[in-house]
Amino acid sequence: MAHLNVDVVATDRKVWSGEARMVSAPAADGEIGILAGHSPLLAVLRQGALRITPTDGEALSATVSGGFISVDDNQVTIVADDVEVATATAGR
Amino acid sequence: MAGSQRVYKQRIKSTQSLKKMFRAQELIAASRIGKARARTAAASPYARALTRAVSAVASHTNVTHPLTSPQESTRAAVLVIASDRGMAGAYSASILREAERLIARLTGEGKQVSLYASGRRAITYFRFRGRELAGSWAEGSDSPESSTAADISSTLLEAFLAPDSEGGVGELHVVHTQFVNMVTQRPRVVRMLPLEVVEGVSVPGEDDVLPLYDFEPSPEAVLDALLPRYVRSRIFSCLLESAASELAARQRAMHTAVDNAEDLIRTYTRLANQARQADITQEISEIVSGADALASA
Repeated sequence: MAHLNVDVVATDRKVWSGEARMVSAPAADGEIGILAGHSPLLAVLRQGALRITPTDGEALSATVSGGFISVDDNQVTIVADDVEVATATAGR
Repeated sequence: MAGSQRVYKQRIKSTQSLKKMFRAQELIAASRIGKARARTAAASPYARALTRAVSAVASHTNVTHPLTSPQESTRAAVLVIASDRGMAGAYSASILREAERLIARLTGEGKQVSLYASGRRAITYFRFRGRELAGSWAEGSDSPESSTAADISSTLLEAFLAPDSEGGVGELHVVHTQFVNMVTQRPRVVRMLPLEVVEGVSVPGEDDVLPLYDFEPSPEAVLDALLPRYVRSRIFSCLLESAASELAARQRAMHTAVDNAEDLIRTYTRLANQARQADITQEISEIVSGADALASA
């Protein structure tokens, strides 16, 4: 099954990158869930919880405060002003 | 004389202690430069992601934004990024020279220049010459924080978006130092605003099928959120690059200073030896002539 290539970056560092089955992010007008094959998207994020379900390993959940998410051809980039990772897992 | 010997000894001693200080500065700069370059590298994924996103919006919509369109104004803002401390050779001097050249060019075009300075060297330089600074940031020029970049960019964006009547500026130039490699750092002027979108983007051809992008909530809102971040990230990367350049310049300057101190010590040691030999020769000839005088008496 196809999977997503996810990069989570903050202003001064790369927070997480790896393969994932699902990403759920707090878009400006509501929670947004992304699975493989999602159409290209560019959305503004508000403050809220970011959840990533990797292809293997434990789920990653983090708090982001503003930023945006871009999806293009199963390549997901989450660009956040500030990220606080609650549970870090492998995949770095 | 014993006198001149003593003077040389003193000079050697003081040069030696200077040399120790130069060496310490050199080592400090050398150890920090690795960190500075690592931070530049760490910030680049963010910058890349932003650039990609901005170019995606730019190539998939026809939305215009105040930040990309030229403003009607006779004022121009110049942000000068220099260091907090000296001991870095020509680093600050060359950035200030470049800034002066830019200011002269803008004034020549009939624009009023409002100055923004980062780094204590730039601030004192302009203060001493009685120039008014519209904004200044000191501290941490060799390890800039992203919060500083946020502060700088919000101040500048505010100035850019303000209407002409309230002192808004029509363009923004940044004078910073480009880190080419450890031995070459080049002062460089970048026009930051109005934004030119965007480096490294292939313009889609006529019959290329563009992927249809969804913009949430709307293209305008996305652009509104993206562009200030883009400016901030570019200012941050300018700051980081300048920090790496500053440290590299300092390391090189201090290395030269250590070499020069060693040269001086060598010269003074030779002179001191010569003075000692002269003293001994004189003493011997005095003794001999004294003995001669006694013998002939």
